Amino acid sequence: MLEAQVEPYKQLRDNMARRDRGLREKVTTLEAAASFVQDGMKVGLGGSTMSRTPMALIWEVIRQRRKNLSVSRCIISTDGDLLFGSGTANHIVTSWFAQGILWGLSKVMRHGVEADGKNFEEWSHLAMGMRYRAGGMGVPFLPTRVMLGSDIAAMRPEARQIDCPFTGEKLLLVPALNPDVALIHVQRCDAYGNAQIDGLQFMDIDLALAANRVILTTERIVSNDQIRRAPDQTKIPFFCVDAVVEVPYGSAPHECYGHYEPMLGHMEDYVAQVNADPVNGMRAYLEKYVYGPKSWVDFLALVGLEEVLDASRNGRSIYND
Amino acid sequence: MIDAPSYTANEILAVLSARQLKDGQVVFAGIGTPLLAATLAQRLHCPSLTILFEGGVVGAFVEPGKLPPSTNDQRCAKRSNMVLGSADVLLLMQRGYVDVGFMGGAQIDQFGNLNSSFIGDPQAPQVRLPGTGGGNDIASLTNIIVAIKHQKRRFVEKVDFITSPGFVRGGKSRSESGLLRGGVFRVITELGVFGFGEESGRMKVLALNPGVTREEVQDNTGFALEFDERLETTAPPTAHELETLRLIDPDRLFTA
Repeated sequence: MLEAQVEPYKQLRDNMARRDRGLREKVTTLEAAASFVQDGMKVGLGGSTMSRTPMALIWEVIRQRRKNLSVSRCIISTDGDLLFGSGTANHIVTSWFAQGILWGLSKVMRHGVEADGKNFEEWSHLAMGMRYRAGGMGVPFLPTRVMLGSDIAAMRPEARQIDCPFTGEKLLLVPALNPDVALIHVQRCDAYGNAQIDGLQFMDIDLALAANRVILTTERIVSNDQIRRAPDQTKIPFFCVDAVVEVPYGSAPHECYGHYEPMLGHMEDYVAQVNADPVNGMRAYLEKYVYGPKSWVDFLALVGLEEVLDASRNGRSIYND
Repeated sequence: MIDAPSYTANEILAVLSARQLKDGQVVFAGIGTPLLAATLAQRLHCPSLTILFEGGVVGAFVEPGKLPPSTNDQRCAKRSNMVLGSADVLLLMQRGYVDVGFMGGAQIDQFGNLNSSFIGDPQAPQVRLPGTGGGNDIASLTNIIVAIKHQKRRFVEKVDFITSPGFVRGGKSRSESGLLRGGVFRVITELGVFGFGEESGRMKVLALNPGVTREEVQDNTGFALEFDERLETTAPPTAHELETLRLIDPDRLFTA
């Protein structure tokens, strides 16, 4: 079983010192950005469940046939299915793993864990948050009052129960999580990587601060002047960011706040296909929708204009009275 | 005489759950019946109920007919008071701002422990379930209401795996585990309303739903139930409660 390994502080700082944190333009292609992810790396995913999933990046990482990734996300959905089903990840660290509450259990996850040697490492949702936050703070752990008395803690010997040195109360220390690379999708950023997130930010700020590299996809790239007109909306500073790719509909078929809701027709068809046969159904899905398309635009065309427009109308309606 | 309105198991689950909430409370709600019941309470007797979702929403006001498919979708945030990061909204429970946590589960035992992780041996599971999400956090940090379907395979003497702790092994074992506040105080099913013995931490029947017998509840439960001395009969869902519920969930997303 893979154990959480906390990076020694010197190593964390040495990695940081080697990063080019200068103010420079980082705009690149999806292919080049995804190649930051190499076999065996720890990869953190932004967003949560079906929201602001960095799907285009995940899609491209799968196309590049990466192997043995250890992927973490606060709550993982069909992106986890695709990573297990394609053999890209053999280890997923999360609090909840299914396609969505509407569809019950993920047969792809179940097949992976029950029959195919895949590892789904479970932490509570808050514990995931505290692990990224510790990583982002440059400390090796944070104390929490969750998971105590549960079998989730019993399965995670790397979380340590202690008696508080101040009060004597029992606390659970959860280890810092510093992914090698974080993949995050945002509504807009500038060419330097100053990223503005609308609506629910989930754990993306802690994740970005914790990771040793951050790759952003964005619905649109805006000027630095535009960022400076609303600096309170900037959630991730440019010096955290190593690459920027403009990918409209980069979370499809999941949602991006204010832009589009989940493309539920596509999701329904996907779930029916892979839950009917988690091996062959998944293989057929990957061939048609991941390996087959020439580009992300080509993928969106397969999802279909009607579905994309419908999701967009619903997405924008959040700004309607 | 007017016929009593008919309803599904999920509908009475939502209505009875909503009745447990009091106006002015701060409630942390999971997806499914909890979200629906909290929203229903807000439209009935709790206009100033503050609803929190783990996606980071404070003060949700979900639109009828636009139920979100998870508590992390933009629909949860529309017309809310505030959006926070997910860790920060969960930390509000740790600090003690939340009166009631409201969740579901796959399996529950006599001490109110919930399992949503494994059926069978966790090292070689028969079924790997989706996991805790925020469930463990809610159960560890607040007083919780559990809404769950009443089936023998779900109501077991001892859960295969404690994902979200109730009274752990009964007695003082919850506080001895380090969980100093909170605990499960109500379980709502289509058959009845359940509480827990103050000393024993064991589940007991507080009320039977209309038309449900003691035998029926016991037959659908995998451990011996105690019945409260003042055993009550639940008032059936009113036409107004059901109409409001069906207005909120016209597509029967969570009430089918």
